[in-house]
Amino acid sequence: MIDAAALRTEFPILHQQVHGKPLVYLDNAATTQKPRAVIAAVVDYYERINSNVHRGVHTLSQRATDAFEATRGKLQRLVNAAHEHEIIYTTGTTGSINLVAHGFRSLLGPGDEILVSQLEHHSNLVPWQMLAQHTGATLRYIPILPDGSLDLDEAQRLLNPRTKLLAFNHISNALGTVNPVKQLTEWGHAVGACVVVDGAQGLPHRPVDVQELGVDFYAGSAHKMYGPTGIGMLYGRTEWLEKLPPYQGGGEMISTVTMAQSTYAGLPFKFEAGTPNIEAVVGWGAALDWMNAIGMDALMAHEADLMAYGTERLRAIDGLVLFGTAPEKSAVLSFGFEDLHPYDLGTLLDQQGIAVRTGQHCAQPIMDYYRIPGTVRASFAAYSSREDVDRLGDGVERALRMLR
Amino acid sequence: MSTLEILKAREAEVVEEFEFFDEWMDRYEHLIAQGKTLPAASESIKTDDNLIRGCQSKVWITAEKREGLVYFTADSDAIITRGLVALLLRVCNGLAPEVLAQADFGFLQEIGLTEHLSPTRANGLQSMMKQIRLYGVAFQAVN
Ligand SMILES: Cc1ncc(COP(=O)(O)O)c(C=O)c1O
Repeated sequence: MIDAAALRTEFPILHQQVHGKPLVYLDNAATTQKPRAVIAAVVDYYERINSNVHRGVHTLSQRATDAFEATRGKLQRLVNAAHEHEIIYTTGTTGSINLVAHGFRSLLGPGDEILVSQLEHHSNLVPWQMLAQHTGATLRYIPILPDGSLDLDEAQRLLNPRTKLLAFNHISNALGTVNPVKQLTEWGHAVGACVVVDGAQGLPHRPVDVQELGVDFYAGSAHKMYGPTGIGMLYGRTEWLEKLPPYQGGGEMISTVTMAQSTYAGLPFKFEAGTPNIEAVVGWGAALDWMNAIGMDALMAHEADLMAYGTERLRAIDGLVLFGTAPEKSAVLSFGFEDLHPYDLGTLLDQQGIAVRTGQHCAQPIMDYYRIPGTVRASFAAYSSREDVDRLGDGVERALRMLR
Repeated sequence: MSTLEILKAREAEVVEEFEFFDEWMDRYEHLIAQGKTLPAASESIKTDDNLIRGCQSKVWITAEKREGLVYFTADSDAIITRGLVALLLRVCNGLAPEVLAQADFGFLQEIGLTEHLSPTRANGLQSMMKQIRLYGVAFQAVN
């Protein structure tokens, strides 16, 4: 079991006051804080290693390249990819999905269908809308059920031989729903669709084995898993990565360039044009080690405890409505009150030093489904504690006394 | 009293009220109380034309001129925002258009409200102030 109090000592940022109150950080689905080990790795990179990767024969460049590639190996093991070259560095989940969506421009046309879920973050939605617009393909949606899970019967009905792409998230950032990735992937493959999974919330909260799940693409962001911002990954099955054209042109992604034309580098470099965010990759490596040392089992047990405790605490508050009540949901408590704007609650929680997210959580179609302007969302990480939940519960009750 | 003097007097009154509270939670409580006293505007003003952009919550504002003075009707779907709206209306209602066109609403800064709001709310507040000034300008023109 995780000792949250002990873990907190590794996070300098958590030890501060906001509006004169000790900070309670419950916006972890937006981004997690970084342990000292990650901050130190980034500093160490600049103090000892900084150099461009894959370029020089000199020692520093070699060290930078080793550190950069070491993280790729860690990511390969994290998601159990068959090959290291199946891990592409991107700017984040958004960058990863755009890479795939852009690549499909030459592979789709009118009559083809893209199936996405209504549960998506805008970053796993807008790129597909753009792709549909560009190619003339049709976008269809898997609807959600009142508990915030996907309507799987409808998903099966919507899948058909024209479905070329199936995209959905592993875990919903707005509601915490954990989707049946393996099952959906099997159904998608049965009609010949390419399956793209948004794993931004999956990687920090659940074990991921891309071979066992069978997915074609799986996207993630370092900053949601104790690592730096501005770096992410795209796992892609080799066949698909070979089939997709490069996303951006530039240095690093070519093998030969003449005035007439260029030939592209092999995987993964074909998709990694330009000097990458090396410091962030190195920091991510440290974050992965940090998570590994705790272990996913312990992280999940801790999360389950907080979810049970938090659900009970919030349910005790008069009039509180929880959005997203699917079984085994993950790390997110999204809630509201019929007569209150989430923004008012969020403001009064902030005044008490409690950081939550309010609004639509970049998932407007979900809010439209529930016909609400948004929710208040508390989301947990490894360092979250029952005391955080108590402060949240008390804070909400105090806000209610003021607002009603 | 000229309507400029009325504006200054009302602003001073609001500042004094808020300075009475040391704790920001108490200031928010006072703001919420203001929001609760603001009469609900009729649904008919809640149109896209009257909607102010730049708020996470919605704010609608409209105005009319009677006997040379400007009267606002406004509302919001969030209570704290309603409180801000109520404060603005309290100081602005029934003033001459040329006074409104020039109003700098310095009292909000004095209370510390502008810096204590979240960036989106502060933006929304800026938009509301701008809209009030624009009404002032527009009603000057139709003299
Ligand atoms: C489910 C989900 N998908 C995608 C994203 C986008 O991630 P990023 O902004 O790191 O690209 C997020 C983060 O907000 C998310 O929670």
